[in-house]
Order: sequence, then structure tokens, then C-alpha cells
Amino acid sequence: MSDKQAVYLDNRSYAVILLYTLPFVLMLLSLFVGRYHIPVSSVISELFLSSRAFLLGISLPMSTNHTVLFSIRLPRIIAALLVGSALSVAGASFQGVFQNPLVSPYILGVGAGAGFGACLGILLSDSYMFVQLLAFIFGLLAMFSAILMGKVSKGAGNLVFVLSGIIVGSIFTSLISLAKYIADPYDDLPEIVFWLMGSLSSVRYVDVLWLAIPLIIGITILLLLRWRINVLTLGDEEAKSLGVDIDKMRLVIIICATLVTSAAVSLSGIIGWVGLVVPHIARMLVGPNYVKLLPASIAIGASFLLLVDDLARTMTATEIPLGIITSLVGAPLFAYLIKRGRLGWN
Amino acid sequence: MELILDVKSLSFTYGTGAVFEDVSFSIEKGKVMCILGPNGAGKSTLIKCIAGILQPSGGSISILGRDTSLLNQSEIAKGIGYVPQQNDTVFPFTVLDFVAMGRTPHLSMFSSPKEDDIMITRESLKMVGISELEGSIFSKLSGGQRQLVMIARALTQKPSLLLLDEPTSHLDFGNQVKVLEIIKKLAVSGMSILMNTHMPDHAFLVGDNAAVLSGNRMMSVGKVADVVNNINMSSAYGIDVVVREIEEMDRKVCIPCNPSEY
Repeated sequence: MSDKQAVYLDNRSYAVILLYTLPFVLMLLSLFVGRYHIPVSSVISELFLSSRAFLLGISLPMSTNHTVLFSIRLPRIIAALLVGSALSVAGASFQGVFQNPLVSPYILGVGAGAGFGACLGILLSDSYMFVQLLAFIFGLLAMFSAILMGKVSKGAGNLVFVLSGIIVGSIFTSLISLAKYIADPYDDLPEIVFWLMGSLSSVRYVDVLWLAIPLIIGITILLLLRWRINVLTLGDEEAKSLGVDIDKMRLVIIICATLVTSAAVSLSGIIGWVGLVVPHIARMLVGPNYVKLLPASIAIGASFLLLVDDLARTMTATEIPLGIITSLVGAPLFAYLIKRGRLGWN
Repeated sequence: MELILDVKSLSFTYGTGAVFEDVSFSIEKGKVMCILGPNGAGKSTLIKCIAGILQPSGGSISILGRDTSLLNQSEIAKGIGYVPQQNDTVFPFTVLDFVAMGRTPHLSMFSSPKEDDIMITRESLKMVGISELEGSIFSKLSGGQRQLVMIARALTQKPSLLLLDEPTSHLDFGNQVKVLEIIKKLAVSGMSILMNTHMPDHAFLVGDNAAVLSGNRMMSVGKVADVVNNINMSSAYGIDVVVREIEEMDRKVCIPCNPSEY
């Protein structure tokens, strides 16, 4: 009997409180690390002075420390938190809608679509903003083509969506290869390759600001609908018998999750594993009920990607692309979880 | 007696062929109706039509006098609880979370179960006698326990009618009877029940009324004693069947004759 008993964390347990304070603690600590050395005491006094100046509405004279902390480190920290939450929420939602724990946010070809958009942006212009915009648009375009293709075969369920996603993804992957093939090998090609591996090194406030809008809208809607995602995991017939308009609900959740993924990818490039592994860790801790699972995924995903980004910008003199670290950390972690049999599915 | 379900000349077509045609019957409050019939006769399809999962091609279904074609999915779910044959959920929900999903038709789009909903959930668990399973993981339970949990989930919808699609088909001998006992108990407490079964004996055990679905149509419908007889059973299943009264149990049984020797 005892092995059938669930061992999920209670919402009031210390572990859960710790889980939700973790991103904030890491956010503060991340201000202290970086290749440009600022002594701990200077960071603290800079933080103190700036918050006082902000509260009193006065402006401080610009210092190098101030610029490094608030124009370079802080936007990057916020971006890491946002991208980590976004990929994890999207992954968890897709896993629920497709009733499949092995689904990642890139299931509907969004990653490849956004990747091609970015390639196109890099080939056509030098504006970082333009690259982001095209990545975002092509990510959404990939999703809509996949949904449209899935809709053609009427009445067919989830599997058709997954197949359409594979088809759309493969088309865009070929287009990425084409873009690499024709790109200028000294200038555009390295940029494309670097973008596809994921990085937050050139993130500024303005990027965070405009991409935060679709990101927060999507995450909010998914959070509001999180009980209904539970019901969708039961399968079409049962969800219908429980009064859920499945076609509409599935579409809304897919669109929101894609919106969020697309915005995240535009900000950071393609970062694998986060959206697949984080929901599993969250499920292991708080259980599969989406009412708890989505908030926990946000906290864990945000913390995980922030840590990874801290590593990426401090470990070596040149930055290590994020996608490399998330895979190097995420894949063994996943293997360990499978071995322990602690994954939240049988 | 209050009429709970009224089905009038219902038909369902899949592709070019009719699965069933001109099916009519009704269920009163607190009565159990058993649908019998061979594999592929459309018993599950009939139940799914009534549950609003499938769209019938003709005829009408009324629940408490209201035509279900005029109701939306969640209004139907408030009146009709559906218990599937089995559930293959991949995620390890606790029994409490799983059963609480029955509250969904009563919740607005953006809300999740509150304290009252959890109270109703616990009442349903108690009603089927599995309160102690509350914290267990649904997917790790035995087939019999899972069937009871799914019945509890349907009860949590607070429906007037319970639909059970072959509730005993995956269960061992003992668990079959346990599930039937719960069904009988629910009927006594006033729940109306429509169930499919492969076992004519189940109709004698719990049924007030029975119907035989065979060859695309409702072959016979009425009191169990009138419907489950030698002639109907033999013709529905295509084998020789004997129905006998067991005197010391005051109950009839239905058994197949010895297989013919070749």
C-alpha cells in the first residue's frame, strides 16, 4: 500500500516556500557575478545608493560599476528568468495537452520556425531587433501551419498535430541549412551558428521589454487555465464527458504555449532541454496537478536558466552558448531521474 | 415516477453504415437499466451518444425533460456522469485530484476546485467506500479500485444519471460483484443508472430493466425478467442459452448450453 501513496510536497511545506523564494535569491546573487570584477562591497553600496536615488527621484552620476550592474547584468538576469519560466511553462502545458511526458516546447516546429526567422533576419539586416522580430513571427507561422495541417484531417486528435509539427519542423530545418549554405562565411554564418546555440549575451532592456509582453500574456492565460489542462490529460472523450469544449481549449493552450515559446526563442535563441526536463522535476516535487505544477515549473525553470546563464558568463573568458550547457547538465540529470524511477509518470 | 432519461428513435451512422437505428427507451429515477448485446452491436456508441461525446445522426435524447441537443457540453456534464471502461492517464494524479476533476462542469473557465468542491469529492469517495485511497496514486491502483475511483469521479459531477460502459469487463470475479454492489447501493439512494454489460447475469443481479441491442436495432426492452430469456439471449449471441431459476437464491441465472460436439 505504502508505495502507492503519493509523496508530493504540501503547499505549506518549507521546501515549497524555499522553491518560490529561490528565483529571487538567485536574482540578487547573480548581480555579484561576472567577468568584470566588482568587489562585493561595491555591489552592495551601488545597490543601496541606486535604490535610495530611485526612491527619492534623483539621478546619480554614471559610473562603470553602475553601467555594468544595471545596463548589462540586470537585463540579462531578467531575460534569463523570463526565458526559463517561459520554456518550462510551455513544456509542461504541451505535455499535458498531448498527454505525453516526452513532449518539448518545440513540438510544433516552433524552434525550427523561429530559427529560420532569425537566420533570415541575420542575412537581411544588421539590426538585432529585426532578427528578434522575424524569429518571433516565424515561430508563430510554424505553429499556425502545423495547426492548419492538423485541422485538415477532421476529427483526428493529438497525433495529427504532432505529425504536422514534425513536418513543419523538418521543412524549416532544411531552410535553416539553406540559409547557412548561402550565408557569408566570415560574417553572417558565425552569427547564425551562435544564435542557434542560444545566448543572452546581447540582451538589452528594450528587447526584454517588448518580448515580455507576449510572454507574460501567454503565461498568465496558461496559469488561469491550469485546472482545465488537468482535465485535458485524461484524453478527449473523458474531458468532453466532464464538460470541456476540448477543441477550443486545446487550441487556446497550444496558441498560448507557442506564443510564449516563440517570444523566449526570439530573446535567447534555441535552448534545448529546459522545457522538457524542468516540468519533470516539478512534477516529481509537487505532483502532476497543474494547479501546483505550473507555478513550480516557473520557479524551477527561472532558477535553472539563471544559474546556467551565470555559468555561461563566468566559466571562461569567452561565453559558452547556453544551449550547450543546458544539454550538458540537463541530459545527465534526466538520465539520473529515469534511473531513480522518480519521474512523474509510469 | 420521475422520468430521468428519455431516448427517442435514436440512430448513429458511422461512415456509410448505421451502427444502430430507431433506439428508444427511458429510465426512471433510482432505476438500473442494463444494455446487453454482442460485440460490435453499438452498446458503447449508444452510451457515448447519451454522454454527449458522440453526435447521434437522428432522434432525440432528453435528460430531466431537456433535449440534450440544446444543451452545451458542461450543462450535459452536470446532468450525466460517464464512467469509461478504463483510463490510461500517464500522469500520476492522486485519487483526490483525479476525483475532483468531476467538479469541472461546475467550475468557471478560470477556476479550480475550492473547499466545497473538495468536500463533495470526499463525499463521493465515501459513497463508493474508498476514502482511504484519497492519497494514493490513481495509475498504481488495481483495476477494481480504479473502476471505483472513476465511479466516484462521475458522482462528483452530481449528475441525475450515471452511464457505465462495461464497468466489470476488466475485473476479476470478486471485484465484478463488488462493483455491482456499489451500483445497487447507488440506485437505492436514488441514482438512475444505465450500464452496458457482457454478462446477462449482471442484469439479474442489479437490473430493474434491460434492453438487448443486436443487429443495428433494439431487439427487446422491458423488465429484466421479460427481456433476459432463452429466446432473446440465444438469438442475440448466436448460441444456445438456458435461463433457470435458482430457488434457494430466489434469482435467475443465464448459462450457455454445453458446446455441441464435433
